[in-house]
Formats: sequence, structure tokens, C-alpha cells
Amino acid sequence: MHIVVCVKQVPDTKIIKINPKTNTLDRRSAPAILNPYDAHAVQTAVSIKEAAGGEISVLSMGPPQAVDIIKKSVEIGADRGYLITDRAFAGADTLATSYALSKALDRISKEKPIDLIICGKHAIDGDTGQVGPGIARRLDIPPVTNVIEVSDINKDTRRVKIKRKIINGYELIETEMPCLLTVEKEINDIAYSPLPNMIKAARYTPIIWAVSDLEDVDRTQLGLKGSPTIVGKMFTPPKPEGGHMLDGNADDQAKQIIDILLQNKELFSVN
Amino acid sequence: MSNGKSQEGRGPLMLDNRGVWVYVEQNEGVIEGVSLELLGAGRKLADKLEVPLAGILLGDNVRELAEEIIFYGADEVYVVESPVLKQYRTESYMKGVILLAEKYKPEIFLYGATPNGKDVASAVATDLSTGLTADTTMLDVEVEKRLLEASRPAFGGNIMATILCKKHRPQMATVRPKVMKALERDTARTGRVIEESLEIREEDMRTKVLEIVKDVTKKSLADAHIIVCGGKGMGDERNFGLIHELAGLLGAGVGGTRDVVEAGWLSHDHQIGQTGETVTPKIYFAIGISGAIQHLVGMKNSEIIIAINKDPNAPIFGVSTYGIVGDALEVLPILIKQFKEAFHEKGGEVTHA
Amino acid sequence: MPEKFDVIVVGAGPAGTSCAYTCAKNGLKVLQIERGEYPGSKNVMGGVLYRKQMEEVIPEFWKEAPLERPVIEQRIWMMDKESTVTFGYKGLEWAQEPYNNFTVLRAKFDQWFAGKGVEAGVLLINETVANECIVEDGKVVGIRTDRPDGDVYADVTVLADGVNSLLGKQLGFHKEFRPDEVALTVMEVINLSKDKINERFNLSENQGCTIEIFGDSTKGNLGTAFIYTNKESVNIGVGTTLSSMIKARMKPYDLLDYLKTHPMVKPLIEGGEAAEYLAHLIPEGGYHSVPKVAGNGVLVVGDAAQLVNAIHREGSNMAMASGKMAAETIVEAKKKGDFSLDTLKEYKDKLYNSFIIKDLKKYKDATHTFENNPQFLRDYVPMLNRAASKFFTVDGTSKKDKQKQIIKTMTSERGTIKLIKDVYKAWKAVK
Repeated sequence: MHIVVCVKQVPDTKIIKINPKTNTLDRRSAPAILNPYDAHAVQTAVSIKEAAGGEISVLSMGPPQAVDIIKKSVEIGADRGYLITDRAFAGADTLATSYALSKALDRISKEKPIDLIICGKHAIDGDTGQVGPGIARRLDIPPVTNVIEVSDINKDTRRVKIKRKIINGYELIETEMPCLLTVEKEINDIAYSPLPNMIKAARYTPIIWAVSDLEDVDRTQLGLKGSPTIVGKMFTPPKPEGGHMLDGNADDQAKQIIDILLQNKELFSVN
Repeated sequence: MSNGKSQEGRGPLMLDNRGVWVYVEQNEGVIEGVSLELLGAGRKLADKLEVPLAGILLGDNVRELAEEIIFYGADEVYVVESPVLKQYRTESYMKGVILLAEKYKPEIFLYGATPNGKDVASAVATDLSTGLTADTTMLDVEVEKRLLEASRPAFGGNIMATILCKKHRPQMATVRPKVMKALERDTARTGRVIEESLEIREEDMRTKVLEIVKDVTKKSLADAHIIVCGGKGMGDERNFGLIHELAGLLGAGVGGTRDVVEAGWLSHDHQIGQTGETVTPKIYFAIGISGAIQHLVGMKNSEIIIAINKDPNAPIFGVSTYGIVGDALEVLPILIKQFKEAFHEKGGEVTHA
Repeated sequence: MPEKFDVIVVGAGPAGTSCAYTCAKNGLKVLQIERGEYPGSKNVMGGVLYRKQMEEVIPEFWKEAPLERPVIEQRIWMMDKESTVTFGYKGLEWAQEPYNNFTVLRAKFDQWFAGKGVEAGVLLINETVANECIVEDGKVVGIRTDRPDGDVYADVTVLADGVNSLLGKQLGFHKEFRPDEVALTVMEVINLSKDKINERFNLSENQGCTIEIFGDSTKGNLGTAFIYTNKESVNIGVGTTLSSMIKARMKPYDLLDYLKTHPMVKPLIEGGEAAEYLAHLIPEGGYHSVPKVAGNGVLVVGDAAQLVNAIHREGSNMAMASGKMAAETIVEAKKKGDFSLDTLKEYKDKLYNSFIIKDLKKYKDATHTFENNPQFLRDYVPMLNRAASKFFTVDGTSKKDKQKQIIKTMTSERGTIKLIKDVYKAWKAVK
């Protein structure tokens, strides 16, 4: 089994602050982290490797500093990592991103055929969830989004059984490898990495590729040029008028809320 | 591994495409609410552009739903029926949608931001090499340039970003459920049904759906009539217990902001906002919540919003029906006490209707 | 089979990194363990970095390190309730290379410094806690971390795990602190625009200022407060020994609040937005508290060795110097191939012959003198303020008469003999 996990570096939203005057991100204090969903994707690969054997590569596109999240992935249990970094990739939307990553995956699969690709459900800085399915389409392999469990992997028949979250429940589906999964956070808990993994990661130097290292690349499909969507404008939505402020002390205020609830008694039934 | 497909859709930029399309998601013959909402939103866009509004319907034995789609605002319904479309699978649904889009060339194409809606939209956008804006909460068109203005909260901030797709068609977007308003069902409406067939055999399908399990035990927050939602203003996990207590008394659902979920006070399925659930209950309590856009988009269409926050300038008061400027930790215990008196004194238990 | 390194450094503050960096530069195989998410994430320092000791580790560091402002003015305030007497020095020679000292934000600076270590070959591992030293035959041979398969070995283990050094306690190098040996410092980073800072502190572009405050800042408790200017923020904090806080029944945050609303301080920070709140224990014990610093296969550096000069608020400079000395000792030990106390005690000798221990010794009784004689801060600072007020107020009295009056008030308030005694005590403590 050769599993490739696609990972992204994102600003840590737990720490990030908004400048209230300009409404823009204050990135000074926001360290870059491995997208939390992608951490679960790596952990999924580790569990599969533990059960079925094989090796795990991670792939990321981003600035040179993104090597840090590849090292983080090695801490969790990846065997190696690739970073594609190049000015030509800058400004990519989801379409151009899936194109660039698919070209890198082509090269990785030439070095060692890929059986499974795993992505996080979405990245917390964009929340789109479009890159994973886009990659699957470009590689013409089945995508399975919103995965909450990898139930069975049969290396001989090359088929996998997967639980996938849908509206009000889940479905159990079976598909063939290679395929691409995007995972939900609930699929697993990230294990506390053993010390040897930490030491390995601290030593590890990711493999770095520029556009020129990839084959058959149509440069017009990369970066800003290859992105059909652009940000037209940013705006603060018109302030709604707002409602009625309840006056008085806490007792009075609570009483007024009780009155509102009483007016909507149909929502309760008092036996 | 590349299939070379990605290049095909490019070439001509298809700027002469016309028409507004809505992908109508049906599960077991029932149309999802978000699809009806999108027909309402799409209707406005189509009227501004003076083009027909079409619903895109795929499935097995679903033709009768076409009429419903028209009742909710569509002028046309494109139907693709096949046994392989009995259950949703990216492979088959994507092929059906691409077939229609390549043949009839819409200029705008909207999908509900549900797991399956996002899944099919992402695949279709890749094949058509066009732009797809995720999780939009506002839609408009610039008529002169026939540009879809798809807006969504920008990452983390109290700010919206409008995403444009100037040179590629169709302009596609997934739209958050419960944000747009469906039209009244009007049985007097008429429209045209266009049928297409899809040449895929089951044997050629790589993916099989083995089982669909509806999780009925897990009541979705989206179904609750009353929701009590708490934010970081509750201070700590122990104080957050007051939110649970009030919700328990009211028979209400418990919600939390992104901060609260990330702090581990609540599990992710209780998160309300852009990256969590969108809810529209009858009564929504926003307690200790300042009201970042990321949260507001998930709850602002609730009928009655009661907000409690220390900061009189908190944006939450902008969307609230009733506001209390005060310390939640002071007001909540009193409210809980008064509620118990008002309802339990009558000698009964409060149960949720 | 657990891996073996030449050196394991526990902690990635200034002491640990200075040691790890110097070892790696000398070709040793170094593992550095940090408990925080990244170096600096758990560190709090008033925010002044001394040029000299840093320069000895990394020459001309100011050309690339993330510094806030070079300090060109140092003020000392003797503050009363509604007044303050200011001493200070401002010198433009400090505004140019090689500078004197700098304000820094620790989260940024420590990360950069540790990064230099990594560049030099240090293997840095974050989010890992060293639970104990592995001791075999009376020798420290490595550490046991909280991670699975978490043992790792080395010839020398360096404890740079901070003031409350758990490993130091485990080895019996440390005893539990007495409350008068530890100060609690609370501080806030307050965001303020560059223009406002320059205007309010009378600074030009890229000039910094530090203010050390005695007197009402600590409500007469033993301790000091400080205000340091960063690029676009101000560090404001107050520190006092645990024992005085217990005596005065104060909470640290009350003290900070009191300081922030003090009429002398408030105008400087008004309109700023509090960005971070931090609390930190600082060893204040000085010479009397320095624990055992060397053993078989182990050295203790920085705060973990209680190397702080309470009077002059220096800590990071001693941390860096001690880290470097430890590294030099280890390099020599490696050459000899002997890591026993016999060889490693060389570090102790270096330390005791350096400015660090000399300074600590010089001020060794200062803390206790002030602790046991609260009148220094409680009585004399207000007295000084009244004197200054009288002296500078124009009311028709001649300056000569004013001086007479001032002396008269002072001696009557506290009595001549007592006053002379106090002055002698204080002089003895800090001379």
C-alpha cells in the first residue's frame, strides 16, 4: 500500500485575531499550523498502515515554510513528504490547486504507484472542501468525501469499504483503489506521537519540487492565471437595525424573557 | 494518472451561455429543503438577467418531482433518470450533470452546500474548468456584465468577500442551507420538462452503495424549536453548564460558537455557524456571544433571537430581536430560577412539544 | 533501542538555546526538548535583551534577530500616589551599533534564537515534557519523556527547564522554594500605535525606553514595576515576592490593575488594547538560592539555577552566559571523554568566577534587607516625593530654606538615628 496524504498549512484560527478597525486578520500573532482535518487524514493513513502495511507520503503545496507541516506529518507517522513550492503556484484557487497537486501526484505515482489518497474534509482557512474531489476528478479515480470510517481494505480485490457522512446519517459504500478520501475529524483521535517519530521528524528534510520538476504542466492552469475565481470585493455587511433592548436590573430582564417565552407557549407543553 | 479531462472544458470561454440552473438534490424521492431555497434565490437572479430558471433533477423514477420543482419557481426542469442514479454516487451524478451543462450551457449554476451537493459541484467544476465558490451566503448579479456576485464570510473575520468568476461559464456556487428563502409553493405555475438519458451501466460503476443508515436517535440541532447557544463569554467549561441547564429546562438544543467547540466545551456537532450547523429555530438564545459573522450566518434567520452580552456594541445585538446588556453569569441563574417558578409552580413538568 | 546523543538540553529558553547552539556549533550531537508548542510560547520576560551576553553567543545578532526597539533611555521612577520623582539617562550612543540593550517580544525572539540552534544542527523537539532524568550508577545518563518510547540517552543532560525545575528537584539539587525566594511577575502586552508610543514616551523612530518603577507601583511591597516600549505595543508589568504578596494579602492581578490605573501610568497606556496577559515565577533568591549546578552527567543553567539578579532585573543575560559556559564545559569534557562531576564541575568554577555569581554575591543581602525593612519603599519614596514637591514648588521660600525644611521633615518623620541606620543598611545591601 502506498498512501499519499495531501496536507495544507493554515494560520491557527484559535490564536488569530481580527483588527476591529480594518476588519483584517492580524497575522502577527498567528502561527502557521497543519490544517487540523489534515492531521486526521495523516492519522487515518497511519492506522491503515498499521493494519495493512505499506508506506505513507505526504504532499503539500505552499510557501517554503510549509516544510514545517510536512515534518509535523512525519511526527504523526508519515514516512516521507513532498512540498511543491514555486512563485507560479501563488494565488491559486481550488481549481488551480487541484491541478498543481495532481501533477505532483503524477510524479509521485511514477516513483511508486499510489493506492490511496487521503485529504482532510476542508482547510480551516478557506472552508471550501473542493480540492480533494477536484484531484480525484483530474486523476479519474473515485472520490469519497466526508469519510467517518474506513471499514475494510482488501488488498487482493483492491476494494475498500467506507462509511461516509450524509444528511441525517451515514452510508456504507464500497469502491475500488486507487481512490481518494476526504475525512471528517470524528474519524479518529490523533495519537500522541512516540519520541522516535519526533526525532525522525526533527531530522527530516522534505523533498522540494518546483514547477520545473513536474512533467506535462500547462502553466496557464497554475496559480492566479489558472484560477477562474477572484475576490471581487471585501465588505462589512450593512448593520442590521437590531432589536429591542431589555432594560432594568437582572431580575427585570429575566422577567421580560419569561414573558417572551410565555407568549410562545406553543413551543412547550406544560403537563 | 491524469485523465487529461481537465483541458477539455476550456477552449472557448462560453460567455454566451444563458440561464440560471439549480441542482435539485433529492434523497429517496424527497427534495432537500436547500434545493427549494435555491429555487427561490435563483428565481430572483433569473428575473434580473431575464433568462429562464431551470431545476436539474437526477435520480431513478423521479420524474414526478419535476412538477414540484416548477411549483417552487422553475421555468424548466432537466431530468436525467437511470437505475444507476438510484443512490447518489459522484461518478454517475457528475456524468449526468456534465452532460446537461455541456449540452445546454447555463451561465449560473447553484448547488446546496450539503455533503452530496458539494461533492458533485467540485467534480463538475473540475471537468468544466470553471470557478466554484464554496458555502456562499449572499447571491446577486451584476446585470450588465452578467456576473454572479457570490459572497461568503471571509476566513475568521467580520467581513464578507464577494467572489467573481469573470471569464468562465457556468459561474458556480454552493450555497449554505437555511440562508435563502424558498418561494410559496404555487400549483398554478407551469413549465417545461426536458429529459435526457445517461449511458452508464451498473457493471461499469466503480462505487457501490451498500447501505444507508439514517441516524434517527441523534436529533439534529437543525430540527430544534428552541436553541440555547453559548459563546466564549461564558468564561469556562463549568459556567457553560448554565447553558445546558437552561436548555434542559426549555427542552432546547444546545449550541456553541466555534471558539467554544475548539476549546473542547462542546462536540463539533453542536457548532453553529459557517463551519458548523445553520439553524433557524423559533427562539434562539445567544449568550456570551459577540457575534462574529462566522457565527451570525449560522443563526441570523432564527425567528426570535434573544442576546445577552456584556458589550453594548457587540454585533450580536444587530441581529437580535431582544437584547440584554449584562453579565450572562449574573442573568442566567436568575432566568433559570424564574423559569422554574413560572412553569413548575403550576405543578407540571415542562416537556418539549 | 533508544538513541544516544552527546547532549540533551531540556528547555528552549535563552539559557537552553544558548547552550544547545554553542554545543552544536562545536560539532556535538544535540537534542533539545521544549514543552511548549514552540520556543517562547511558555516564556515570559520583562522584555529587555542585553546586547553583550547575546553577542557573545551570536555576534551582530541585531542584524537579523526579531528585536523591537534599541533602548536609548532608561528611567527610574520613585512613585507616590499622585507624584513621581524621575531619574534617568538618555543617550544617543545607544541608538547605534553596537547598542546597549533592546526590547523584545519573547515569543518571537525565542523562536528565532532556537531556529539559529536548529540551523547549527540542534534537533529541537517541541510539545514534549521531560518527566525525569534517567539515573544509572549515580550518573545522569538521559531523560524519560512523556511520549511513548520516550527514553533518550546522552553523555550530558543540561537542565534549562526554568525556575521551577522539576528535574532539578528530582535529582535533589533543589529544595522547594521559600516564598521569599520567588517573585511573581504579572504583565500585559498592550497594543498601541507607533505614533502614540513615540509621542507619549518622547521617542524618535526606532528608539526605545524602559521605565522601572519603585514605590506606589507595588503598594509598598517589595518589588518593582516596569514599562517597556515595543514597536507597536507596550509591556507593562509588576513583580513582587510571593512572601510580600502573602503578607499584604494581595492578588498579583490586583497589583497590575492598580498600576494600570495609577495617574502617573494611565496616560501612557490610555486607549491601548490589552493583547496578552502573562504570569510567571521568577527566582529572586539571588546568591543564597543558587542550587547545586553540576553533577555526574548533568548541568543546570539559567533560571533553573536561580541565576537572577533581583535588584537589577537581569535574568536573560545570566541565562545566556551560563548556557554558554555549560556548553564550553561540555565541549571540553567531550575531548577528555569524561562526563563525571570531576570534569563538569569546571562549569561551576566558570560560573563563580564570572560576573554572574559576583553580582549575585554583591547583592546577596539586598532582597532580605528590603524585605525586612519595608520602610525603604513604604516611607522613603513618599518622603522623597514630598521633598521634591517642596523643592520645586515656587512659593517665595529660598532654596536654602527649603533644603532645611526638607531635612527637618525627614528627620522628624522617622527620626535621625533611624534614618541614618536605614541609609547605611541600604547602602550596605547594594554597594
